[in-house]
This record gives sequence, structure tokens and C-alpha cells, in this order.
Amino acid sequence: MDFETVIGLEVHVELKTDTKIFCGCRTNFGAPPNTNVCPVCLGLPGTLPVLNERAVDLALKAAMALNCRINREAKFDRKNYFYPDLPKGYQISQYDQPIGEDGYIEIDLGGQRKRIGIVRVHLEEDAGKSMHAPDGTHTLVDYNRTGVPLIEIVSKPDIRSPEEARLYLEALKSIMEYCDISDCRMEEGSLRCDANISLRPVGQEAFGQKTELKNMNSFRNVQRALEYEADRQAQILRAGGTIEQETRRFDEATQTTVSMRSKEEAHDYRYFPEPDLVRLHIDEAWLARIRATLPELPLQKRDRYIRELGLPEYDAGVLTANRAVAEYYEQVVAAGADAKQASNWVMSDLLGYLNTTGQSIDEAKVRPAQLAGLIAEVGSGRISIKQARDVFKAMCETGKDAPVLIKEMGMEQISDESVLIPIIEDVIAKNPKSVEDYRNGKEKALGALVGQTMKATQGKANPAVVNKLILERIRP
Amino acid sequence: MSRWTVKETLASLQRRESKPSEWTKRALDRIREADQRIGAFLSVDEERALTAARQMDEVFEDGGAQAQGALFGVPYALKDNLCTRGLRTTAASRILENYIPPYSATVADKLAAAGGVLVGKTNLDEFAMGSSTENSAFQLTRNPYRLEAVPGGSSGGSAAAVAAGMVPFSLGSDTGGSIRQPAAFCGVVGLKPTYGRVSRYGLIAFASSLDQIGPFTQTVEDAALVMNIISGHDPLDSTSAPVEVEDFTADLAKGLAGLRIGIVRDIPQEGLDSQVREAVEKAVEAMRGAGAEVVEVELPHSQYAVATYYLIAPAEASSNLARYDGVRYGRRADADTLLELYERSRSEGFGLEVKRRIMIGTFALSSGYYDAYYRRAQQMRTLIRDDFNRAFERCDVIVMPTTPTPAFDIGAKTADPLQMYLNDIYTIPANLAGLPGISVPCGMSAEGLPIGLQMLAKAFDERTLLRAAHAYEQIRGDVIPAPVLEG
Ligand SMILES: [Zn+2]
Repeated sequence: MDFETVIGLEVHVELKTDTKIFCGCRTNFGAPPNTNVCPVCLGLPGTLPVLNERAVDLALKAAMALNCRINREAKFDRKNYFYPDLPKGYQISQYDQPIGEDGYIEIDLGGQRKRIGIVRVHLEEDAGKSMHAPDGTHTLVDYNRTGVPLIEIVSKPDIRSPEEARLYLEALKSIMEYCDISDCRMEEGSLRCDANISLRPVGQEAFGQKTELKNMNSFRNVQRALEYEADRQAQILRAGGTIEQETRRFDEATQTTVSMRSKEEAHDYRYFPEPDLVRLHIDEAWLARIRATLPELPLQKRDRYIRELGLPEYDAGVLTANRAVAEYYEQVVAAGADAKQASNWVMSDLLGYLNTTGQSIDEAKVRPAQLAGLIAEVGSGRISIKQARDVFKAMCETGKDAPVLIKEMGMEQISDESVLIPIIEDVIAKNPKSVEDYRNGKEKALGALVGQTMKATQGKANPAVVNKLILERIRP
Repeated sequence: MSRWTVKETLASLQRRESKPSEWTKRALDRIREADQRIGAFLSVDEERALTAARQMDEVFEDGGAQAQGALFGVPYALKDNLCTRGLRTTAASRILENYIPPYSATVADKLAAAGGVLVGKTNLDEFAMGSSTENSAFQLTRNPYRLEAVPGGSSGGSAAAVAAGMVPFSLGSDTGGSIRQPAAFCGVVGLKPTYGRVSRYGLIAFASSLDQIGPFTQTVEDAALVMNIISGHDPLDSTSAPVEVEDFTADLAKGLAGLRIGIVRDIPQEGLDSQVREAVEKAVEAMRGAGAEVVEVELPHSQYAVATYYLIAPAEASSNLARYDGVRYGRRADADTLLELYERSRSEGFGLEVKRRIMIGTFALSSGYYDAYYRRAQQMRTLIRDDFNRAFERCDVIVMPTTPTPAFDIGAKTADPLQMYLNDIYTIPANLAGLPGISVPCGMSAEGLPIGLQMLAKAFDERTLLRAAHAYEQIRGDVIPAPVLEG
């Protein structure tokens, strides 16, 4: 029997605010344990939360970027459960009136667009971090992360393969980065993903029994965990078995999923409206203020590059995957470079260089206008493309402008015909044998004449111009 | 002994007949002399209080008293569920037995800034859950009018401390009557402000949507003086209302003429003591005689108030008290596993009534029961609030008994929680509706116990409430003798 895979993702994204969602503590990653804390985020008796509106701003922006309907009357609720990293014994979250509902993300499936629905985007506070001693004797808790604002983005079960899941995550991350909502660093925990997966016979409408997957710390692992789990479920179903509703953990070492807890152990979170916060009224002015900060989103940008700049789909995809890269690229074009030339340079040379050095694009010493300058030198024929690559490397290291380096490196190409013609005529005069050979059909003889000309100019002559000028003179 | 008021203390200081430390000494002396029998205080910090008062003496001698704040030199006490930096704050619970907060409640900061001198922390029912202060994990508090009787609760310590002349004012918290009921039992004035009038920051939460801090005083005027200090929006409490703080003493002298006093036609009569009923009727007649118009109003849903309250308050409490888990502070039991740590710390740390309410609240919020209990209780709460809105179209102040009976004896109701809960039948509606309420003594029972008259007003209309209460207090006259402590 053939099965269809049905996947839904729950993604937590840490918002890029300076301070926590309900107190004034800082949110910077990597501070010494329990230094970014205060009575409020430690949940000391008598303390009360005060909402950081900046977190609401970012959540609204996310909900808009994800095409959600915004709830103008949002509220917070308490999600009650006991855990040492949860100092109040409840998490302030949103239950039935989240910031945004019913949106979607578009992903690109080999040129085909697919919409993955989003059920909701809600705002909540993060918990602390437990660190268990390897010998099991004790646990330490760091409350620095407690109260860092998060949004949870819950997708509809619209994802049909582990690969689609990864594409969805990449698209989501790209949108969050574009909007400056989150760093989305999975390794720092600023983006976390849980997955629900079930199988159903192809053609069947009803969903199969699902399992929940946790503990995946990279997009690749999400895909792998889902692949493993889809296989595991298919084997069970083919053998006539049934899938148990449970939560499973991805084990990186074995690349498998292992059972964590069954349905019976599932929590009753006893949600109820948070009485310490007032309801959130989001008025038109607030919405308008946030809407004005929304940038052009990755897919819109990609479409525009194809439509307006005539870039191939591949180029447009690579350039728009990251907002900083896209902005860099647009500046190169704005400085006068040809769109396709600029795309080639940014995609292969610049990104390649940054990749090997581990730099971010903002750290690149070559600024967009300088790259445009280099491209212009190639276009004018002053230097060859091969020379330009060497100049580019030097630009990356020194940050100097192309013309300066071209001079310094002594590689000014001679394209000026009035300079080249006397040299070429001299070469022709001195090599009658080669001219003769060429006229008798020996194409190779042209190379010898070009070589002599290059030699006479210490390699600075523009080969294309030289070729043309020689041919004009020796063609029978 | 004459009653110790804030007003006279301030007047004496202003006339330079006394200096601040004398008043603090008076408080400490009185506590030393009487509190062995009353048990109002859980902790008294003599040294800290005297040091503060002596520093005030120096400022005072330099002549700067007035600039130092509206309560300069006045000693006071705080209910021990109000956090005080560096001073043990227990909520009368074993689970916080040795808890020392690193910060102070906003009200404590405001009183300190106004020049008040904190002398100690008063007893309460554990986490403010109770109506007799018998649920304190540490000690009983006795009624200064009759040592075998309870002082009421949960702010029993704060009420008894003022009644017994240990301090001229104290603060309590009122979730379902916890200021007004003990004020009635102890023959003092107790004011529960409008929800949102006073910051709850630093008040150890019982039920967040109902809790409100307010003063105990000997007179209505003193209550207004204290309200002038503790009221106002606090950026640390989002539920504190951004409503301007008026001078609550401004309307005191305006009298009753032109005020419409509402009496509730359908008030629950079950369990209402005839002496209480008569005292309240007498008070209403006196007010009519002084120019008030008396009208009848209806509060048809008030009969459901107690049931509503005992779903909402425990539900919120079950969540508010989850933080006491033995992990970060407070009592921590020996345990081998995390679950054991939770179970033992909480089993050992919480008393019976607290456990009962956590259980009720947890149940009311459970999946499958939420709609039947918590949601319906919230709907009833809206109906109760609507009742009041309608009633206040016809009157300015509603008058009714504070409690169905005068103070009962220690142990009389501990076996039957429902009987205990019914003690708050007249006070709970104001909490559910978020309205301000005050209890003013209106007579003495044949057994020599005080009786309280409760007045309620529209949200944020404390001025009218205090005006009516003050006017009544004037026409009532001096019929409430100060307690005479036996022995
Ligand atoms: Zn904090």
C-alpha cells in the first residue's frame, strides 16, 4: 500500500527585543548563568508581569509577514505545568485569542509554488534552561532565558514530505530574518521546531494517527527525523500494526527517533486568562505603524528579480535567500552594474569568498559600489575576466578600489586600437610564414600571431581586440 | 484609653508637642505589652523601626517635618503578605517561613517615602485564605474585644493591631472581604479600594483578579489620609488603573444631604443575626435623618456570589501558588526525585485550607470542567457586575451589613468550611464587581462585640464612599468603646 505523509510543524522563534517580554532584563545570548534575572522573571512572590510592547510589535510584524488575520482583541493566558525551569509554575502564553490566525507561507517546489497554511501565531515567554549533571546527581537551572519573548508558529497539516518541511523552515527563517524579527539561530535555540507526522493511504481523506517529534537541532535533522519516522510508521502500518500516539525524540547519534512519553502522560495545562495583564487592544494606528515597517519579502523579491532584472530563477533564489545578500546585490546593480554580471559576481565570487573566510556579508571589505566598479573595468575591456578575479581577491583583502589595484598590480589591459595597431603590424611584418600558413587554412597560425603580440605587450593587450585586429589584416 | 489616630499623631507632631520616635516607641511599647495576648504580629522589627524614627527626629529637629511626607513619623503595620525588602515575609505559611524578599511592595515604598515607620508584619490566614486568621501556620490572633473570639480574617492581625491601639493604621488585603470583615469584627474602619486603585505589586497573590490592598484605621478620615498615599497607577502593575488620584479627604465634610443611599431589597437574610440587622437599620435611619435619600435597589445575582467566588478565587490561587515548589526559595523537603521534591515540599509547606483551595481550583480549570465551572463563574461575575451598574443608576452608595454576625469564637467554624465561607456573603460581591467598599463600626452587640456597617460605591468613586462613611461616623457618635484588654 502506498502512503501519503502528512506533516505539521510547530516552530518557536525568539524575538529580537533588547529586553524580556514582562520585565526589563536583557535578552543577550551567552551571558553568565542567572545574571539576566530580576524578581519578576524569577517569579518571586508578589511580582507582576508588565508587557513589553516591542515584543507585540515584532509578533504583529511576524503575523503580517505570514499573511495572518490579526486579532484586534488579543489576550494572554496561563499555561500551567510544573517544571524547575518555569519559575511561576505557569507560562504566560496565548490560548484562544492569539495575535494572528489563518495565514500561510509559500514555498518553492522546483519552480512550483505551494502554500503551507498557518493555523496561528502567538506570543509567549520562554522558560529557563535546565542542565543535568551527567551522573544524575543534580540539575542546575539558568533563568537567563526565562521571559525572553517567543512566538509560536503552528502550521496546518499541509506539508507532504520531509523535504517540504525543510523548505518550509527555510522559507520561514528567511521571512523572519528579512523582517528583523529573529536571528533564527537553531544552534543558539532562537529557533526551535517540533513536528507532527502521520501517514494515510493515498486517496484517503481522514488523517492517520500522528506522533510528535522533538529535539531536532538543525533543519537537516528535522528532515532526517521525519524521513526516519515516515519509514518507521510505514513499516508498522504495512505489517498490519497501529501507530501509538506519543512524543518521540530525535537521537542524533543513531539518526532515529525514540519514544519519550505516551498520550497517557500528556499534560492538562489548565489554560485560563492571565489576570495580571490587561487585554490587548490592537488599533488601526498600531497596525499601520507595523505595516509600514514590513519589507519586501523573499518570494516577492525573487519574483521581481526574475520579472524586472531578467535573472534566471536559480540566481533569483540564491540572491534572495538572505536579506543582506539581496540588499548587497541591489546596491551593486544600483551602482550601474549589469544585473546578470552582478548576479554572477555576488553568487559565485563574493559568496564563495565569504564562505571560505567565514565572514558575513556585512563584514565584506568589498562594498557594493566597489564591486560595480570592478564589473565596469571588465566591461570596458580594461582587464580580462581572469585578471578581474585576481583583482577581486585583492579587493576582498585590502578593501581598495578596482582601478587602484589594477594599477598596483600592473594589469591594465591594452584595448586601445591606436596603440595596438603599430605593434600588430610589426608582428605581421616579422612573421610572414605564419601569415602564409593561416591563409592556407592553418587556423592555428593565428594563435602564434596573437601570442607574439601578447609577448610584445607583456600580456597586457586585450586578446579579443588583438584577435580582431590581426584577422582584419590577414584574412584572405 | 482613647483611640490612636493618624490625624492626631500628625497634629501633635505639627504642634511640636512630640517627636517621631515617641510615636514609634509608643507602638513598640504597646505591642510588647498587649501582643502576647492578641497575637497580631508575626514579626516586629524594633531596631529597624527605632533607627528610622530617630533619623526622623533629626530631620524633625531641623524643622523639616512637613517636607518629609504626609505621614511623617506615623508608625504602621503591614499584613505579612506584603513584601518588605530584607524583612521576613511569610504569608503566614510554612512554605515561606524563612523567606526574605529582595524588594518591597509598591505600597511599602510609598508609605516609606511618605515618612511612615514600619514597626512590623501582621498575622493572617495562610496566603490570605480564610475569614478568622485561624489558618495561620504560626499563631492565633485574638479579638481585642473578646480574647476567645476571632478577629476575623484574613487580615486579622492588621485589624487587631489597630483595634488594640498598637498602631494608628495598618494595611491589609481584601480578596473576598479580608479587610472589611475583620474591620467589622474588631470595631475599626476597613477600606477595600476599587480594583486597580492601589498597586498590587509586592502583594503575595491569592486571587489576582480580586485582590486589593487597603487600610485599617480608627476613623474614616484616617482611611482617606492613607489612601492619598497608597493610591495610583504603578508601572509595575498593569492592572493598576491610570486614574488620577484625587484628594480623598476633599469631600469628607460635605455631609449626607443630597446623597442617595441604596438598601438592597433582596439581600440574603439567611444566617443574618438580628442584632446586626437592627444595627444596620438604625444606621440607615440615622442617615435618612441627616438628609440622605434612602432608595431600594436589587442585586438579584448576589445570591450566587459565594459560589462564584469559590470557583474563581481558588482557580486563580491554584495557579498563583504553583511557584512554591521548593526549587528556588522557601521550604524545600528532602527528596530523591523531582516529583517527590514537589509533593513533599508542598505537602509539608501548605496548610489544610490552602490545599483545599488548590484542589478546588485545579479541578475547576481542568479540561472537561472548565466550561462548566470557571467559564460559568466568569459569566455570573458579569451578571453580578451588571446588577451593581443598574443599582448605581438609582443610588450613590449601597448600604448593608459587613458580616451576618459579630465575631464568632475561635474554633467555632473550623470544622465546617462552608459555614466559614458564608461569613463573606455580604463582602464577596464587591470583589467580584471590583467596587470599593468600606466597613464602619455601627454598634455593639449585647455580648460587647462590634458590628460593622458596609458601604459600597461605584468603581473609582472612593470620594463619595468616604464622604458617606465619614458623615455616618459623625452622626453615629462615640458609641464604640475602645477594647479593654483583660488580664
Ligand atoms: Zn527579569
